[in-house]
Amino acid sequence: FLHLASSIWKWGPRDIRGLSRTVAPEGSQRKGRALLQFLADHFYDVEALREYLFRKQVLKVHQKNRSFTHIKEQYGPYIAGAYFVLKQGGAVKFQGQEWMQSNGRGRFSLDFFKFQAVPVEAVDASGCAINYQGLDNLLALKELQSLSLQRCPHVDDWCLSRLHQLAGSLQELSLAGCPQVSERGLACLHHLQKLRRLDISDLPAVSNPGLTRILVEEMLPNCEVLGADWAQGLKLGPEEQS
Amino acid sequence: MLRRALRLGVGRCPLGRGLGTRRGGSTLDWDGKVSDIKKKIQSVLPGGAWNPLYDTSHLPPEHSDVVIVGGGVLGLSVAYWLKRLEKRRGAIQVLVVDRDYTYSQASTVLSVGGIRQQFSLPENIQLSLFSVDFLRNINEYLAVVDDPPLDLQFNPLGYLLLASEKGAAIMENNVKVQRQEGAKVCLMSPEQLRNKFPWINTEGVALASYGLENEGWFDPWCLLQGLRRKVQSMGVRFCHGEVTRFISSSDRMETASGEEVTLKRIHEVHVKMDRSLEYQPVECAIVINAAGAWSGQIAELAGIGKGPPGTLQGTKLPVEPRKRYVYLWHCPQGPGLETPFVTDTSGTYFRREGLGNNYLGGCSPTEDKVWPHLAQRVPAFESLKVRSAWAGYYDYNTFDQNGVVGPHPLVVNMYFATGFSGHGLQQAPAVGRAVAEMVLEGHFQTINLNPFLFSRFYLGEKVEERNII
Repeated sequence: FLHLASSIWKWGPRDIRGLSRTVAPEGSQRKGRALLQFLADHFYDVEALREYLFRKQVLKVHQKNRSFTHIKEQYGPYIAGAYFVLKQGGAVKFQGQEWMQSNGRGRFSLDFFKFQAVPVEAVDASGCAINYQGLDNLLALKELQSLSLQRCPHVDDWCLSRLHQLAGSLQELSLAGCPQVSERGLACLHHLQKLRRLDISDLPAVSNPGLTRILVEEMLPNCEVLGADWAQGLKLGPEEQS
Repeated sequence: MLRRALRLGVGRCPLGRGLGTRRGGSTLDWDGKVSDIKKKIQSVLPGGAWNPLYDTSHLPPEHSDVVIVGGGVLGLSVAYWLKRLEKRRGAIQVLVVDRDYTYSQASTVLSVGGIRQQFSLPENIQLSLFSVDFLRNINEYLAVVDDPPLDLQFNPLGYLLLASEKGAAIMENNVKVQRQEGAKVCLMSPEQLRNKFPWINTEGVALASYGLENEGWFDPWCLLQGLRRKVQSMGVRFCHGEVTRFISSSDRMETASGEEVTLKRIHEVHVKMDRSLEYQPVECAIVINAAGAWSGQIAELAGIGKGPPGTLQGTKLPVEPRKRYVYLWHCPQGPGLETPFVTDTSGTYFRREGLGNNYLGGCSPTEDKVWPHLAQRVPAFESLKVRSAWAGYYDYNTFDQNGVVGPHPLVVNMYFATGFSGHGLQQAPAVGRAVAEMVLEGHFQTINLNPFLFSRFYLGEKVEERNII
C-alpha cells in the first residue's frame, strides 16, 4: 500500500505528458508504471484517482495562465503583461530599462508598477508554462520587439497562429526546443513581416527540419532564420562517399 | 478457488485418458476441452455473455438506453457528450451501430478536413467556434489514462474566400456577422491579395475574406480514433451490424385545436449481422440517426415520409448521398508554405498537403472541369501533375444544405444529427453536444439550434447559407 501511495505521489506533480506511454521510463519506474496500468485497467477507483490527478495538473496550468484583469484595468496592459511574465518565472525588459526577472524563489520587486506608460520591449519566457490562454497577456504588448519562447512545453501550433497580432512590431522570435511546435505552426509566421531573426532550432515535432527551414526562408525573405542545417537531411552522393 | 478446482480436474486426467484409450476411441483433446470449460465458466460468471446454446459475443446487447445508428464522427460525438453530460456515472447505456468497421465509405474519413468560421448563419459560426475550441483542447476532453496524447495535425493557415463583383456585398455582410460572433476574419482588396499572395491571379476578384485564427484543416481520422478510444473507455458499446427494421407502436392523440395526430414510438431496433441472416432485436428508449449519407434510408425504415405528400406524415427526410471527388496533385512551382485553404469564385477549392508541394482540391458543387478554373486563378497550376484522387459522399440536404438536428415531431424518440452537406466534420463536436442536451434536458442549452429542427421541412422555412458567387 505504501509503495502504491509513493508511486502515485511521484506521478502527482509531474507534467501531463508524463502520464503517457510514449515517455520511456527507466527500471523501477517502468515496473511502477506497469503496476499502475494494471490497477487502472481492473479497478474503477484507481482509474478515477488517476483521472483526478490528471485533471489537477491541467487545472494547475490553467491557473498559471489566468488573466489579471484587475491589474490590466488599473495599471494598463504593459504592467499586466510584465507581471504575468515575471510571475511565470520569465524576464521582462521595459524600453530604456534593464532586464527584470524573479529570483529563484519566484519573488520579484513591484517597482515596475510605476512604468505604466513605458512599453515593454522584450520578453524572455523560456521554460515558462505559457499556453494559448496565457498568450492573451503577451499579445496586448503592441510594441514588443523581441520574444523568446524557448523550451515552453505548452506552446503549440495554435499559439503560433495568434502571433499575427504582434506583426506590427515583432523583430526577433525564438522557438528553439518547443516540443509541440511543428512546421504547420511555423507556416503561420508569414504574417510577421517585420521579423528579422527567427530561431527554429531543435524542434522535435518538425518532420523535416532542413526542408522546413528552406520553406520558412522562402516565406520570410527579410528574416535571418537560425535553425537546422539544410544539409542535415541530405545523404552523401556516391562520389562523395569515401 | 475456481482455479484450484479446475487444476484438480486436470490432475484427474490420467484416469480419464486411460479410460478413453482402453475404449479404443480417438485420443481426447484434453487441453482444448479444458479451455472450452474455462470459457464456459467465465461466461456463466456475472459479466459474461451467457447463452447455453451458442456463442453470442458478436451480437449487440438485448437492451440499450440509446442506440446510435452510424459510427462516424457525428455518431461518436453524440455518444461522447451523452456519456459526459449524464447525471450519474453509468446512468445511460449507449450502443453505437455501424455496418462498416473499416469506414471505407464514411464521409468522415474521406473528408478534406477543413474547419472555418466563414459562414453567413450565426448558428453555423457558433457551432464552428465551439468545435474549434474542442479541437484545441482535445487532449483535455478526450484524455484516456495511459494512452498517448492525440496529434490532430492541425494547420492553422485559415481560409481565403474569393468573391466576384456580384458577391462582394454579401461577403461584406457575412464578415460583419462573423465578427459579431467572435470570428477573426479580415477583408482584403485585390491589391492586398496580390501583395500577400503573389501567386494568385486576381482577375474577376472584387473582394476576399481571410480567416486569421481558428481556421484551417486537420486530420479527421485522428479525431475519429480519439473519439472512439475515449468513448469506449467511458463504457459505450460498439456493434458491427446493419439496422434493418424498427419495431414501433403508435398512439392516436388530439392536439389542442382538435386535430388528430398519430405519434409513434420506436421500441426495438433490429440489428442484422454482417454477411448473415442473423439479427438481434435491441430494446431501446431513444434512437439517434447519425447515419450520414444513408440517413434518408434509416428515416424511411422508421416510417418518416409515409403519408400523403404535403402533410407532416408525408414529409421525408431530404438527405441523400451526393458524390464528390477530391484530387491530389503535385506542382513544383506552386504556392508556398503560407498558402491558406483557397476557395475560388467558381466553386473550386484547394489546399496544400505536407511539405512536398502537393495540393488537394476539387470543386463543390461537383463539376467536370476543375483544372481550367484552378489554372486561371493560380497560373502556376498550369503545369501540375495529378497524383491520385478519391471520391466520397456528402450527406447532402437537398432542402437547404444545412444540418438537421433534434427530434422528429411524430416519431417521438428518433433524434437526427445529419444532413450537414459537407461541413459535418467541422461542426461535429458542437452538434454532438446539442443533441445530447436535447436528449437529456429537452432543449438546447449552449447553442440554440432551433432553426435546424426537422419541422422546417414541413413548414417550408429554408435556412440557407448566403453563398458568395
